Amino acid sequence: MTKIDAGSPESVLPTPSHTVGPFYGYALPFPGGGEIAPVGHPDTITLQGHVRDGEGNPLPDAFLELWGPDPDGTLPQVDGSMRRDPATGGHLGRNGVQFTGWGRVQTDADGHWYARTLRPGARGHSAPYLSVCVFARGLLVHLFTRIYLPDDASALASDPLLARLDEQRRGTLIAAAEGNGTYRFDIRLQGEGETVFLEFR
Amino acid sequence: MALTQQDIDQEIAAERAAYRQRVDGGAPVEHHPRRDYAPYRSSVLRHPEQPPVTIDVAQDPELVELSSPAFGERDITEIDNDLTRHHRGEPIGERITVSGRLLNRAGQPVRGQLIEIWQANSAGRYAHRREQHDAPLDPNFTGVGRTLTDDDGSYRFTTVQPGPYPWRNHVNAWRPAHIHFSFFGTAFTQRLVTQMYFPNDPLFPYDPILQSVTDDAARQRLVATYDHSLSVPEFSLGYRWDIVLDGPDATWIEEGR
Repeated sequence: MTKIDAGSPESVLPTPSHTVGPFYGYALPFPGGGEIAPVGHPDTITLQGHVRDGEGNPLPDAFLELWGPDPDGTLPQVDGSMRRDPATGGHLGRNGVQFTGWGRVQTDADGHWYARTLRPGARGHSAPYLSVCVFARGLLVHLFTRIYLPDDASALASDPLLARLDEQRRGTLIAAAEGNGTYRFDIRLQGEGETVFLEFR
Repeated sequence: MALTQQDIDQEIAAERAAYRQRVDGGAPVEHHPRRDYAPYRSSVLRHPEQPPVTIDVAQDPELVELSSPAFGERDITEIDNDLTRHHRGEPIGERITVSGRLLNRAGQPVRGQLIEIWQANSAGRYAHRREQHDAPLDPNFTGVGRTLTDDDGSYRFTTVQPGPYPWRNHVNAWRPAHIHFSFFGTAFTQRLVTQMYFPNDPLFPYDPILQSVTDDAARQRLVATYDHSLSVPEFSLGYRWDIVLDGPDATWIEEGR
């Protein structure tokens, strides 16, 4: 079964998802994973929050991936998010100038995460947003959600996804402005204030 | 009271029976685990209770999720896919070669995409600070690798056979030997993190993480095949493992960019 017969459509079935487990921390996260914005870029924003479980306890073993467009709404096709040092094989970091649009951050011992990226521009019918993928020990399939920014009320009002949600659920997808280009976005996996999670068909 | 393997076995059997009943009643085959798979205790407080909100990707081709971050040669070095060469000495254990193809649901190769792996050493211990299993660490093995798929969607890793290890989900809980894999596709919606297992492992029936994939055929797709043509003379045993990324139909037409 694990040699897929690509010529036979009925055999091209998806590989199941599995949990990332507790011990990915030495493998997947990398230094500067959340420093997505080019150094000194004026449209830089800071995102931060906690990831919490059904009892409201923070998760110290979750990680998030963020993916979003530049301020013009263009999705970059630039590699080098995890640029390597050919001498040591270690992590060299982004080159500090190019915007790759993608970042990976893990929660710390307090369940807190932060990232700095560029303010996303609008694309298609949607209000500007960043796509988020949540992984954690105990999550057998990752979770997709979105971070919308609160600044443009009319754009949010016409967003096709947000328009389908009641006010309370809608609020879980909109970050809270904290001043100085900093926004708070908490993720609740279960229970009161459970974040809206998405599936794509 | 501490849960025993017998308690977990009963829960696993109940989940299997419930799945069989759903399918017999006309429900679709479940290719992925449910997030609320109770025999895996860590899932209990970490699964959403609200159904996911469905987005029809055909309504808007500009959705952020229909593209993927780009990875390339700058993101890897040439020995990143040989985990036996990351330290000065040779790691302990049976060397293995793991190779296969990354495909989409149309059977087309997914080219130039990043694959990351991580695993325990041959004694069943991770190079992770919070790992408490008292098996020895191997100074010549960290257990992290990455590579890019080639034009054929193929990948290849050289590593050592990981050991099984205990994990405290319940009394006498042991994970079958496995390698963790992370995949990107051509759309963010194809993102996949999963685990590859080795054929004929006697621990399969006892592991609630593997058994969370309740469909027999789907679960079998997580198990690699021994492939003698991939074994390297005087060096390593070969395993083949092909991966198929899920994702909405609308992402397929973006293939071949």
